[in-house]
Amino acid sequence: MINTFFYTLGQGVKNVFRNKWFTMASLATISACLFVFGIFVAVVFNVNHIVKTVEEGVSVTVYFNEDVEQERIDQIRELVTRRPEVYRCDFISADEAWAEFSKKLGENAEGFTENPLANSENLQIYLNDVSKQGELVGYLETVEGIRKINKSELTANTLTGVKAVVTYVSVGMIALLLAVSIFLISNTVTIGISVRKEEINIMKYVGATDFFVRAPFVFEGMIIGLIGSAIPVVVLYYLYNAAFEFLRSNFAFLNDYISYIPASEVFIYLAPASLIIGVGIGFFGSFFTVRKHLHV
Amino acid sequence: MAEKEKEEKKKKKSRDKGKDSSKYVIYLEDVNKAYSDANGVPALMDINLKIKKGEFVFIVGDSGSGKSTLIKLLLRELTADSGKVIVNDQDLTKMRHAQVAKFRRTLGVVFQDFRLLKDRNVYDNVAFAQRIVLKSEKEIRKNVPNMLSMVGLAGKYKAKPKQLSGGEQQRVALARALVNKPTILLADEPTGNLDPRNTNDIMKLLEKVNENGTTVVVVTHNRDIVNSMQKRVITLKQGVILSDEEKGAYIDD
Repeated sequence: MINTFFYTLGQGVKNVFRNKWFTMASLATISACLFVFGIFVAVVFNVNHIVKTVEEGVSVTVYFNEDVEQERIDQIRELVTRRPEVYRCDFISADEAWAEFSKKLGENAEGFTENPLANSENLQIYLNDVSKQGELVGYLETVEGIRKINKSELTANTLTGVKAVVTYVSVGMIALLLAVSIFLISNTVTIGISVRKEEINIMKYVGATDFFVRAPFVFEGMIIGLIGSAIPVVVLYYLYNAAFEFLRSNFAFLNDYISYIPASEVFIYLAPASLIIGVGIGFFGSFFTVRKHLHV
Repeated sequence: MAEKEKEEKKKKKSRDKGKDSSKYVIYLEDVNKAYSDANGVPALMDINLKIKKGEFVFIVGDSGSGKSTLIKLLLRELTADSGKVIVNDQDLTKMRHAQVAKFRRTLGVVFQDFRLLKDRNVYDNVAFAQRIVLKSEKEIRKNVPNMLSMVGLAGKYKAKPKQLSGGEQQRVALARALVNKPTILLADEPTGNLDPRNTNDIMKLLEKVNENGTTVVVVTHNRDIVNSMQKRVITLKQGVILSDEEKGAYIDD
């Protein structure tokens, strides 16, 4: 049995070289499909990351009634922090608010002897999902001791819209790309194996079991799938780093607004996904195509 | 009581039938086969055929006489619509797909178009038959050269099929068919693509194989070899057995 395993594995490897045209066509198809797939995944990852970064910068500011004690403020902060949609909640004292504001005023701030923002201690609330802003504001309006709530409805709504579009488009495109890839690759495998129908017939006439006939084809498919998916992953890795570097150095002004995901964080998902898809398509493609010809 | 007698009789009859079929390596009883795409026109009708171990039999007939269908039934490439097909004590009409491979290893098959694996050399083509029956590499290294010597190709074990003549390719196919020591050798037009000299050589080899105890069934329409060899000849015409004669001759229309 071990002999048979190594024999069929060896035949699978030999088949890769014996059928050069089939190997080249399958490799080209798998590589091209997974290359496009990889580019799209990398773009989607970055767009999502950028949206997330912008989202985390959107805050709701809460001001308190004049007579509110620090103890109540701490209580409110505690209640807000516990809410699931809240990502961070910072307390800004009146002094901190004035220090921040006076930085902006520069020399003009020097004339003030007392803190003109004495009543402006506040809570800066950051959300992990801006679409929940309305929900949070609704809650804050019921909390006692709050004088004023500052929010940016337009930013929140725009971001929520962008996020929804990005999600739908990326899920749709990835599904479409995968479907096209599977279709193209299985077509190549089907044609490649159909040409070798005679070879399968001969093996069956001589008394080979289905396993014995199929195993080399399946190994061959998996090897081609593995190489075909490794090529675009390696190429994309270098391309991604080059693009990353290019954007950082040539569009430096964007760096304040946009941050890109480092290659390692994208490829930790993209590399295994591509390899699994490549090997999986190679396995199932050859498994089912050979099956059609086994009933001889 | 009558019921019991009937039952006994039935059992006896079935035992006798079993005994009858066990005397033969090929046993066909009332076999019918029609192709669905031929508007139900039968390819074989009521075929009864018995071939004993060690026989040499020619099956002859024109195109469309049912020769190929008969070979396909014996190989279990097709199953009969009705009747019994027993080969090497195995009832092919009841055989499941998973058992077919094991059954075929008891047969050797040779075709008109040789059907060699084109991308493998002579040695690997013959060794393939041994590998599927899980022979060890040591046994393969011993058996394959022996078989190639028997068919006169010991010196060409490294050659690819396309580097060989038709006659040589058929010898490789014969070596592959025989290397697992089958009880029956089925040869479907084995000389159809060969010149007279190679035809004679192949037929001599088949005779030698038969002398060593293997049952040989040759499907052919080569009148000369049938007439010269004086073996049993079964003639098929339009799906029925027209004649079955010991030391027969090719019957012309």
